[in-house]
Amino acid sequence: MEYSEPILLPGNPSCQGCPHGLGLKALGIGLDNPVIVIPAGCSTIIAGIHPKATINAPVLHVPFASAPAVASGIAAAFRREGKDRQVVVWMGDGGADIGFATISGAAVRNEDIIVIVSDNEAYMNTGIQSSGTTFWKAKTTTSPAGKKEERKDLAAIMLMHRIPYVATASVGYLPDFIDKLKRAKEVKGFRFIQLHSPCPPGWRFDSSKTVEMARMAVKCGAWILWEYDGEFRFSPASKPYKNKEKRKSLAEYMRAQGRFKGISDEEIAEIEKAIERQWKFLEAMEGL
Amino acid sequence: MRTIMTGNQAVAHAVKLSRTEVIAAYPITPQTVIVEKLAEMVDSGELDAEFIRVESEHSALAAVYGSAVAGKRSFTATSSHGLLYMYEMVWWVANARVPLVMTIVTRTIGPPWNIHTDHTDLLTMRDAGWIIAMAENVQEAFDLTIQGFRISEEVSLPFTAGMDAFQLSHTSEVVDIPAQQTVDEFLPERKQSYVFGDEAFTVGCIGPNAYTAKLRKETFETLREAESVIEKASREYEELTGRECGLFEEYRLDDAEYAVVMMGAWSGDAKEAIDMLREEGVPIGLLKLRYVRPMPYRKIQRALDGKNVLVVDRDCSMGAGGVLGIEIKASVGDCTNVIAGIGGVDVGVEEFRSMFRAFVDNKLVSCPNWWL
Amino acid sequence: MSVIEECLIARPSKGSAGKTGLWRTYRPVIDREKCNSCMLCWLYCPESVIEKDGDAVRIDYDYCKGCGICSVVCAKKAIEMVLEE
Repeated sequence: MEYSEPILLPGNPSCQGCPHGLGLKALGIGLDNPVIVIPAGCSTIIAGIHPKATINAPVLHVPFASAPAVASGIAAAFRREGKDRQVVVWMGDGGADIGFATISGAAVRNEDIIVIVSDNEAYMNTGIQSSGTTFWKAKTTTSPAGKKEERKDLAAIMLMHRIPYVATASVGYLPDFIDKLKRAKEVKGFRFIQLHSPCPPGWRFDSSKTVEMARMAVKCGAWILWEYDGEFRFSPASKPYKNKEKRKSLAEYMRAQGRFKGISDEEIAEIEKAIERQWKFLEAMEGL
Repeated sequence: MRTIMTGNQAVAHAVKLSRTEVIAAYPITPQTVIVEKLAEMVDSGELDAEFIRVESEHSALAAVYGSAVAGKRSFTATSSHGLLYMYEMVWWVANARVPLVMTIVTRTIGPPWNIHTDHTDLLTMRDAGWIIAMAENVQEAFDLTIQGFRISEEVSLPFTAGMDAFQLSHTSEVVDIPAQQTVDEFLPERKQSYVFGDEAFTVGCIGPNAYTAKLRKETFETLREAESVIEKASREYEELTGRECGLFEEYRLDDAEYAVVMMGAWSGDAKEAIDMLREEGVPIGLLKLRYVRPMPYRKIQRALDGKNVLVVDRDCSMGAGGVLGIEIKASVGDCTNVIAGIGGVDVGVEEFRSMFRAFVDNKLVSCPNWWL
Repeated sequence: MSVIEECLIARPSKGSAGKTGLWRTYRPVIDREKCNSCMLCWLYCPESVIEKDGDAVRIDYDYCKGCGICSVVCAKKAIEMVLEE
């Protein structure tokens, strides 16, 4: 794996241990000549403070709910021009709440773009508020006693849009994410990747543990790595955990994060059941 | 070529003749036919462009913002609630200094639900930095759309032309459609301040506040200067087609002692009422606004100098007055301001005649048809 | 440069947020003896401040924020987080 220059330059405003730094780095390795559309979120800041940008690619900042639509327009302009450049939306789970209709619309049109949701499981840029993907029972500023609502499975929803490529990925498994990007870039049409991005300040763990936390999530089955490109399959790193006996301790994963402080064994057991249900649902897709 | 078309059809043809390359629009009565006509033209190959079937108005303006900032001539259209749904993008596009054209088929805002015309929706855009025009008839709707591409690209600001719901959008009128060659002569190749997508730069980073202030100031000044750009475009258009589309039209205004100021389709009816009163010896004329932004305050002041002014608004700034009335007062000092035709309530030739007569006789009061 | 360009266009450069090396409490120190050039630290550095240096790696301390991810992912435990003076 080699690349000439990092796509995200050093000295950028991201927090210590920020998963977006890892995600963007992989993006720069996996894709050629990306043109990046960034709606409001942490990456809005990470992209630099005027007049010094931090991303070594054409980057367009856009309003919160608009990114996949703007990307659709850019892609149309490139086609008119005969330009062969990959239009990518780099957004967060917050953008996938407020702008869900926009993602959905672009998927229905099978726009020739890649949408990556770097999912840190809350509205982090505004100071850690609960989002559609926030983990069960997680404490956020709008769910101080722990999240009561369900969480939505973005990637599975996108699968139901019948688009040619959907995958989940993790910043703890960058080679897997990079491979998925490389496969995605060969596909024409709407491609969607949900990238698990543990956030040190938001989840309350030490900045050195970002990669470790992402791996723990996969190993206890809480984050499931899978890919669909005409056929659905679990990714190698997640395959062992189809078997729930092999899954590592969910309690250990959760208790390593301040956002689950005080969580009870009963609550963890409840969540384990929810995770098992999620696996069963996805297993029904296997081989389809 | 002279033919008969509705406003919606005429706008679609103008978009085609302007060699628009990317169109994205979401249907809303009474704009829907523009969308359908353009989709038809693209599918049949009559128009060589991309048509993006967006899922909302917010995405419609977002999509054409994307194609426009990436260098392509782009168009969208909407009305009323659709405009309000894309309102965030309205400001974003102007602040980003990206030229594009949008048609607003003016329609009132609910509740109650109402698909008929007033000018409230168009005027919600007036502070954002867009160049805002309003058509009186189908010909103007057509002409303004074509000029809009040129004017917006000249000053790097988005352009909108309004057209009254049903009265213009769905009403057939005689239109003179110039040849493609003529339009090509008038519309140079697209230009814009910056093109996104080739060079590795970032547009719109967060940064020190002074950059925002500086850019807004520049936009403010540019919009003022757009007056001369509009006049030049109109003159050149007149040379090619015989029709001008300047900042405003003066109808029997020279020797008038009484002046009515208004904009939109109902200006046609107002002109007839003006003619009737002239027959009766009343020295009355009409200043029909074509441009709300830039509002040519000084020129309007000169045209209305010394006259008794009545501004008829088909809109209302709640608690304050008619939007045009408030602005014209700023130019000429005192004037009478009437708000009429809200929600599409019909105000025809006879109503205008009584209104103007009452104004001239100093007896104008609120009544079921309008209020002061 | 037009006012529009000046106010809207930013160009990529290191140090947009300044010398982020100043953020550090701990600095990563690589023991070259233990290092086997697996390049995992280079891959998992979120700041891209670990650069390839022939067979070895080099850390740009001007911008390293001292997050410590490199020391955790290092397969050989060759990176120690040392308290800054």
